[in-house]
Amino acid sequence: MSTNNLSYSDQGGTDSAVEVGQETTPTSSNAGAGFGLFSVDFKKNEDLKEMLESNKESLKLEAMKRVVGLIAKGKNASELFPAVVKNVASKNIELKKLVYVYLVRYAEEQQDLALLSISTFQRALKDPNQLIRASALRVLSSIRVPIIVPIMMLAIKEAASDMSPYVRKTSAHAIQKLYSLDQDQKELLIEVIEKLLKDKSTLVAGSVVMAFEEVCPDRIDLIHKNYRKLCNLLVDVEEWGQVVIISMLTRYARTQFTSPWKEDGVFDEHNERAFYESDEEKTRDETEAKPYMMDPDHRLLLRNTKPLLQSRNTAVVMSVAQLYWHLAPKNEVSIVTKSLVRLLRSHREVQYIVLQNIATMSIQRKGMFEPYMKSFYVRSTDATHIKSLKLEILTSLANEANISTILREFQTYVKSQDKQFAAGTIQAIGRCATNISEVTDTCLNGLVLLLSNRDETVVAESVVVIRKLLQIQPTQHSDIIKHMAKLFDNITVPMARASILWLMGEYCERVPKIAPDVLRKMAKSFTSEEDIVKLQTVNLAAKLYLTNSKQTKLLTQYILNLGKYDQNYDIRDRTRFIRQLIVPNDKNGALSKYAHRILLAPKPAPVLESAYKDRDRYQLGTLSHTINTKASGYLELSDWPAVAPDQSVRNVEVIEPVKEWAPSLGKTVKSKPAKSSDDKFYSDSGEEEEKGSGSSSSEDGSSSSSSEVQSILSGRLHILQNERVCPESGSDAESHVQKNSSQTSEESDKSSSQSEKSSSESDSEKKERKTKTPLQKKTVLGLEPICTACLSFLFLLNLSIEVLPVLSKLCPLSLAFPLQLSGPAFVPEKSHDLLHRMTGKGLSAQYQFPRQPCLYQPTMVSVQISLTNTTDHPLEQIHIGDRSPTGLNIHCFNTIECLEPEASVTVFMGIDFNDSTQAANFQLCTKEDHFSVSIQPAIGELLLPITMTELDFRKEQGKLLGMNESSATITMAAENMTSQPISRPVATVANLGMVPSSQDNVHRFAGKTANSGAVVLVTVELRGESTALITINTEKSVMGSMLLRDLKLALAQA
Amino acid sequence: MINSLFLINPSGEIFLEKHWKSVVSRSVCDYFLEAKEKALEPEDVPPVIHTPHHYLISIYRDKLFFLSVIQTEVPPLFVIEFLHRVAEMIQDYFGECSETVVKDHMVMVYELLEEMLDNGFPLATESNVLKEMIRPPTILRSVVNTLTGTSNVGDTLLTGQLSTIPWRRAGVRYTNNEAYFDVVEEIDAILDQSGTTVFAEIQGVVEACVKLSGMPDLTLSFMNPRLLDDVSFHPCVRYKLWESERVLSFIPPDGNFTLMTYHVNAQNLVAIPVYVKQSISFFECGSDGRLDVTVGPKQTMGKTVEGVMVTVHLPKTILSINLTATQGSYTYDNGTKLLVWDIGKLNPQKLPNLRGSLSLQAGAPKPEENPSLNIDLKIQQLAISGLKVNRLDMFGEKYKPFKGVKYITKAGKFQVRT
Repeated sequence: MSTNNLSYSDQGGTDSAVEVGQETTPTSSNAGAGFGLFSVDFKKNEDLKEMLESNKESLKLEAMKRVVGLIAKGKNASELFPAVVKNVASKNIELKKLVYVYLVRYAEEQQDLALLSISTFQRALKDPNQLIRASALRVLSSIRVPIIVPIMMLAIKEAASDMSPYVRKTSAHAIQKLYSLDQDQKELLIEVIEKLLKDKSTLVAGSVVMAFEEVCPDRIDLIHKNYRKLCNLLVDVEEWGQVVIISMLTRYARTQFTSPWKEDGVFDEHNERAFYESDEEKTRDETEAKPYMMDPDHRLLLRNTKPLLQSRNTAVVMSVAQLYWHLAPKNEVSIVTKSLVRLLRSHREVQYIVLQNIATMSIQRKGMFEPYMKSFYVRSTDATHIKSLKLEILTSLANEANISTILREFQTYVKSQDKQFAAGTIQAIGRCATNISEVTDTCLNGLVLLLSNRDETVVAESVVVIRKLLQIQPTQHSDIIKHMAKLFDNITVPMARASILWLMGEYCERVPKIAPDVLRKMAKSFTSEEDIVKLQTVNLAAKLYLTNSKQTKLLTQYILNLGKYDQNYDIRDRTRFIRQLIVPNDKNGALSKYAHRILLAPKPAPVLESAYKDRDRYQLGTLSHTINTKASGYLELSDWPAVAPDQSVRNVEVIEPVKEWAPSLGKTVKSKPAKSSDDKFYSDSGEEEEKGSGSSSSEDGSSSSSSEVQSILSGRLHILQNERVCPESGSDAESHVQKNSSQTSEESDKSSSQSEKSSSESDSEKKERKTKTPLQKKTVLGLEPICTACLSFLFLLNLSIEVLPVLSKLCPLSLAFPLQLSGPAFVPEKSHDLLHRMTGKGLSAQYQFPRQPCLYQPTMVSVQISLTNTTDHPLEQIHIGDRSPTGLNIHCFNTIECLEPEASVTVFMGIDFNDSTQAANFQLCTKEDHFSVSIQPAIGELLLPITMTELDFRKEQGKLLGMNESSATITMAAENMTSQPISRPVATVANLGMVPSSQDNVHRFAGKTANSGAVVLVTVELRGESTALITINTEKSVMGSMLLRDLKLALAQA
Repeated sequence: MINSLFLINPSGEIFLEKHWKSVVSRSVCDYFLEAKEKALEPEDVPPVIHTPHHYLISIYRDKLFFLSVIQTEVPPLFVIEFLHRVAEMIQDYFGECSETVVKDHMVMVYELLEEMLDNGFPLATESNVLKEMIRPPTILRSVVNTLTGTSNVGDTLLTGQLSTIPWRRAGVRYTNNEAYFDVVEEIDAILDQSGTTVFAEIQGVVEACVKLSGMPDLTLSFMNPRLLDDVSFHPCVRYKLWESERVLSFIPPDGNFTLMTYHVNAQNLVAIPVYVKQSISFFECGSDGRLDVTVGPKQTMGKTVEGVMVTVHLPKTILSINLTATQGSYTYDNGTKLLVWDIGKLNPQKLPNLRGSLSLQAGAPKPEENPSLNIDLKIQQLAISGLKVNRLDMFGEKYKPFKGVKYITKAGKFQVRT
């Protein structure tokens, strides 16, 4: 209890910010006294605490339900925090969920206590079940406690490369939460966003674009490469994501494409379609100098959003409508009309927003909505704001042809019981009258009739509107002014009275008899009038004094005297001013000379225009448009660029980021276009060669200095070439590769030979190639040339749209690691015998660990196997057979159809060792034989290096103390006490990354286990002459001790 | 995006609050309550209110205000659509959406809200997915729960959210496989005093109740799809196929859902099933008036018109009424001045008539405008547009489902001006 009170008073400041319900339980508990008025509540919460601390699940659950009930009602339940947080690790799912709900609500206020729960989530983040991982991340990121920012950052990064798209989606959501918690993380978060944008899952797309919009909406460059993918995925994204993506793409398109509105020439849809059918078409189109040619990407966006007009989600329909409004050529915008009108049948609030947008649209484009005019007819059951919007639209739609229908409709509205609406209708009639000169007289007469209406509001509004209309054409309407003067006595609404007075004054020369009489009446009632009427009376008096001073001199002076002593200073001021102006005296004759010209200047007629006139400065469908002010966070829609920025930025996806895995990528990609246009393939190769050699020459320098890593990679490349392993490609693509094997291998051979600058030697004969194989392995090949070649080839084909799904499918895998993991510090060359040639009947196999993140699945360890045929006959169909333990997850290499005598081949496989050193047993089979083999990994090979800062390292280490820590002191030679000789043996034993260290005698290494991703931290602290302390922190304590043993051995040797 | 949600009853009491981001003090609702005070009817409260620090977007539905608090730019329709989904979700779970229901299931509603949004962005709004996570209460289950202490939270981990068809849960099993489709058409019309049609249109909706095992792939085709002018679909419908072949091809969600809504081609003349002869008049001098309304069948395609109801908002100045109905009964609420005449089935031989006198408050002027009549009606076994379902085929599963189609025509916003 005491801790509880303490923590509460600590947080008192924050707490008071929270609106507390009427029953302020915390006050009573804070006072430490349950005696006061609030004792009942105090007791109630007390028993909640007991229930929460009981052993019975059902009691806890009951208590949590009541607590959440309190939260839902907006009452404060924060003092139960310590009791609740204990249950965070409960096994009961419902209880757990309720605790999560509670945590998210109060963690911000009880930061210290909230930290107690963090470890539970961290553990759950590594759960094998994706849903548990996701929910852990969701809650962790919802706890708005600044201290855990680094933990959140780490979790987000990790989740962003999670296998499950659902977890990745959650990480996209977490990005926004972290950003709102700590803006300093922006740069790091942008990196994660960049990675997630490349995700091809429809689940992720919406959420990550949302994060993009929130964190870095200005980084339009991140979108380029994903633009086409987003367009293509759009239909399958969930509806909320669609809204966000569409609005982002609208902004994007406005910066990247040229305006389709410049030329009014009809856009040739047919031509555009042709482009997608054939590639040749495009080149021709481009060379033709057309006045306006829509960017195919622009067209792609319009085409892919169109089906969404049929969505049941009104927000989606609206966002497509605004996209068309802002991006489509003028003649295509009208396809959205029907859908917008459909939305009018939806809920009242939807109608309101849609009508607002239609109001803005209909001002600029009457024709769009005119056929649907009747849909805007007002019903007596409509809400007031709907009615006035409909009126607004009807007014905008009015033209010579339909005005009579509209006016008839307006006549009904004027009689409405809703007087506000009736007044609005009168204004609308006024607008119609000014806009369409044919009906001005009709309208005016109608309005005059309304002057005898019984309702004040209606009359007042009519007067005001008539006044405005008369101003526009005052000449022939003196009888109307007379009529109004007659009605003046009956009109009580100040605005209307003021309007009539003003009219009298303005046109006093037309009604010379009546005006002085009106002034006389006003002089009588002056003191009881409203201010606005008084002001106009003074005005009228002044004007009459100037035009008809004989009759009105006395009246005017009387009124000016009344005004001089008025309570309102405005009126006093005006009176004083008028007096000085019109009554000439010695001092100020200068101005009074001009009095006539000042007061009776011809005044411009007011413009009756829509309130929606200027709303088009905001993007349609936005909040800013609705409230007609810039809402915070509103992103301006830019103007079209005069010249379109480089379109090729969207063209070739993923060229840069795929350095390491490009070969496989290029391969997969290549196989597809090859199928569709074989001729193309070759006809383009000339150009491609140029590119390939261009890049290879730049590679020249580096290629002479060979490094092991590269040799491995080139080996891998080679395998890929030979075996056509396309793990990610669909089965059809794969089978296709088989079919086209000769072509593709020939092609890749060509490109590889280019990189050797020996294109003249390029030869597609099989034998040549085989003899070249070992050569390729030794002379290190730059990988870039090949990959560039492949991709530039793709670029030339310009089939990227079709290929896109494949590309995007690949990129998350290929990109999952480089950001998070570091490259191996050292790759041991040591290879182990898998199958000796004697036991293998001439087939020998060796394996080694290339220490690369596994391509197939992140939890796997990649193993490189070299197979050599030492017999004198070809070995056929080498593949992997049965495995044990049966659950063992192996990604096999594809069957090697034939291995010629003396030839050798290197293949890769992925094995999920499940973080144990248990050997993986499987059968290596040829056509005739089966050989049982086993791979026993060293503990260090089950790790993957990660980079982290020293700070992070310490933080992580701090979390992994106690039984997660194992340490040993060893003796080692003094000459080995510098950092280099220590990192070398450590790196040999285990695949760990170096962590920069601020102290000379402490060396730190970090990694994570391949399967579960548990962090493994190794510290080697040199002490004195020859002793060193090795500490290993990991939650996998078995692995820790095994690793410790290996390291002890290695370092003691050193 | 959406920061917080408050549920407010018509008297202005906030009875539920949920925050998806930092807590927003409920005092922010004061701006809304102020606007609510100003508005004459709850419907008139502006849906978007601009306050110094927040934007309030609200909907009024089922006599409840759903008020959401927004801090940054977001498409207002996005929020409105979501709020309606919340209301629909409550309706779906508890059978109705009302203050009592929400108060009774406070914790569950709160949990549902928690699942529906993450950081203010919709996460799971599909009813099928939600029901997998949090099971709706049934009487049987609540009994079992109290006895065994188990709960409504799904203990199996859901999969719906992860699949490519999030609207359907996996592993659906029924002993009787059935698929029912209701074609419901509504006539929206405005008739003027003389009975001429000012405006009329038909909009329809195909409601489905599909209880099929496994992963059925259904194809529904119409005899006359050309009637359909503008359509919108449940996300399950494959739009491409509709475009090319005018058939509805879809893997249905489990249970009840709205398959499509449509609008009938404007060129087709709309058959108005009833006519209304009315005269409402107020005498210029005395404080009296007369009301005489007769309803008769017009173009009914040989079907009976049922459930006819006439609703009139009488002018505020009416003091009392004295009417007699030849058929059905009428109710009159003097507080809201709402007259409801429930006629029932229309009998062509004997037309129902309501007549009598209205008395105005003493001294009150004669009302300017006569109140308009809102008509409600129902015709079974008829889609007034003539739309017909041709056939329903199922692929992907072996069993033979039971199929049924029902047609209903209703009055939508059917108004007669007087």
